[in-house]
Amino acid sequence: MPTLTYRDALNQALREEMQRDPEVFLMGEEVGVYQGAYKVSRGLLEEFGPMRVVDTPITELGFAGVGVGAAMVGLRPVIEFMTWNFALLAIDQLVNSAAKMRYMSGGQVGVPAVFRGPGGAALQLGAQHSQAFESYYAHIPGLMVVAPATPADAKGLLKSAIRDDNPIVFIEGEMLYNLKGEVPEGEHLVPLGSADVKRAGDHVTIVCHSKTVAVALKAAEQLAAEGTEADVVDLRTIRPLDAGTILESVTRTHRCVVAEEGWPFAGVGAQVVDTIQREAFDALDAPILRVTGADVPMPYNKHLERAAKVDPARVIAAVKQVMYLD
Amino acid sequence: MPTNVVMEALSPTMEEGRLVEWKKQEGEAVAVGDVLAEVETDKAVMELVARTGGTLLKQVVAAGATVPVSQVVAVIGQPGEAVAEAQATEPAPGRNHPVSMPPAAPAEAESKRLPSRPAPAGNGAPAAAGAGGRVKASPLARRMAAERGIDLGAITGSGPEGRVIARDLERAPAAPAPMPAGPVGPPFSEVPLTQIRKTIARRLTQSIGPIPTFYLTTEADMERAWEARDALVNGGPGGSGAERQKVSFNDIIIKAVALALRQHPACNAWWQDDRIRYWNEVHIGMAVAIAEGLITPVIRHADRKSLREIAAESSDLAARARERRLGPEEYTGATFSISNLGMLDIDEFTAVINPPEAGILAVGRIAPRPVALDGAVAVRRRMRLTMSCDHRVIDGATGARFLQTLTAMLENPLAMVW
Repeated sequence: MPTLTYRDALNQALREEMQRDPEVFLMGEEVGVYQGAYKVSRGLLEEFGPMRVVDTPITELGFAGVGVGAAMVGLRPVIEFMTWNFALLAIDQLVNSAAKMRYMSGGQVGVPAVFRGPGGAALQLGAQHSQAFESYYAHIPGLMVVAPATPADAKGLLKSAIRDDNPIVFIEGEMLYNLKGEVPEGEHLVPLGSADVKRAGDHVTIVCHSKTVAVALKAAEQLAAEGTEADVVDLRTIRPLDAGTILESVTRTHRCVVAEEGWPFAGVGAQVVDTIQREAFDALDAPILRVTGADVPMPYNKHLERAAKVDPARVIAAVKQVMYLD
Repeated sequence: MPTNVVMEALSPTMEEGRLVEWKKQEGEAVAVGDVLAEVETDKAVMELVARTGGTLLKQVVAAGATVPVSQVVAVIGQPGEAVAEAQATEPAPGRNHPVSMPPAAPAEAESKRLPSRPAPAGNGAPAAAGAGGRVKASPLARRMAAERGIDLGAITGSGPEGRVIARDLERAPAAPAPMPAGPVGPPFSEVPLTQIRKTIARRLTQSIGPIPTFYLTTEADMERAWEARDALVNGGPGGSGAERQKVSFNDIIIKAVALALRQHPACNAWWQDDRIRYWNEVHIGMAVAIAEGLITPVIRHADRKSLREIAAESSDLAARARERRLGPEEYTGATFSISNLGMLDIDEFTAVINPPEAGILAVGRIAPRPVALDGAVAVRRRMRLTMSCDHRVIDGATGARFLQTLTAMLENPLAMVW
């Protein structure tokens, strides 16, 4: 199986889907001539031409609206936001148009669009450019929210998202683009709404997604050296949430830690915890703990930024607490 | 900041404890749950465990010393941390005292230290015996306890604030086999004293002391019980000879008493000063002589256990009682007690009631005695039973009817499995 970067896995998914279906097109800032701010669209303009790889002005609300309209009349747009921080300007199109069109048209008009781009903090980009917005979109009925953690999942989930008839918020990890991993060639589809156990263990469940999967795996490795085997559940799709996989794990381990990059209040983890306490109350031997980004605007200072982010040490500390080990 | 370790109330009635032996020396690392010392309480030798981790900075009292509950016995902190003399010697008033005292208004520093200290419910006594309130347990622990028929209140919780967690149940002494599923109801019902009971109580207390006791004696024919035990020991189905031999007459008596109590709940009761608590559960205390005196380990739910289970449990409890290795949950909470001196060749005697229980049965030896049987004198194995009754709870006729049922069971042991 070839080893690809997360970036190239996404590129492969786009290329394959554009080859497969002439209705699929890519639109966004710098996606064409510049081949993407993060080079996800490398070579696509050359292969598919300017009608299918469309550079836009710096007008997030405008081109997101064009994407919704194109989807309503039968195309399958992939709208790239340079980052999800900039997509705040377009949130009206996602929440009020994309998410509600099928419902408000009585099922007559759907919006089979994918809105994608990098989310979360990178390194020292400041408070306005270092934000994880999964929970914003996951809050909205009518949107699906996907956040792959590995190159293989990035490819498989993007292909499934492009083929799905619902509007999909596809949040990539800015710090994951260079992550390498084995990626199946050709028709590799990862179903939406299905979590994946990235490491199996019986002592504690760590629920995570996107960038925190790598953090959780590193924590699990250190914990294993101390005799604690963690089940690392990668959500992959935030909404719809794969409650079955989470509950299967927690009813086996009886303890759970939920890690996410975003802020704690009303975060993705809050929904996970709600599901577990409701559906698996009698399985729990300890309160579920969450490890999140600090509840502050992301500091620019390097040391403060590091302190505000989720890291393996904080995951390990939470695991020890739910295991009553500290 | 260093944390004080205090003498904990390790039994419901403990007011002071003798520190038998230190298990951790000064300078040694200590983890939560580690045994710091062995403490001799009024009932047993118990373990004093660490509620916080760190290094044992100081042993404040020497091995052999007797220390009141709540007094500081050691200090745990970070290596090299200074131990203030005042901290190391000043008793912590009120905290962990078995008698619930209103907590002193916590000073700022006190309340900041609270997370590292056990709440009263977690002070090493079983969860229920601590603060007397709700047992703190994780949902999983509750489910496991329910499935295995374990009384959560009898488990010492090792989680924060004494929370009972799954591993505490895994450590729990071999749980009895699950109870046969039966209607789940409250463990007891309480009835306020009627005027006539109040008058009986007041008059009789004036007459013969705080527990107005009277005695009822009867004699049971033990021929069939003898045959039944003999059959179990020598010819019973399954099991090795060693296992079968463990069934004693005392076990048979425990079973019979428990079943008779179920038919006579008026005798399965506690005197509660202004009320009488009638137990729906039957927990039999059995007096065991030990070198230092006497202790009454409890066979819980004896009415719902098989003879085989009672036999196994009673021999285990008696053995550990003699080693003084019983947990407080194992010798408290009886609803009725039995004292047996038959093996010491006593024909009959009167036993002293163990309050708040309302009755105790004194069991004499099984001896061949001449009795009139069908108009002729026959020699039969006979056993005398004397029941001490708290007259505030049990009237003469009430106790007598209980003894009739008990005697009938012993004389026809098959009735016990009916």
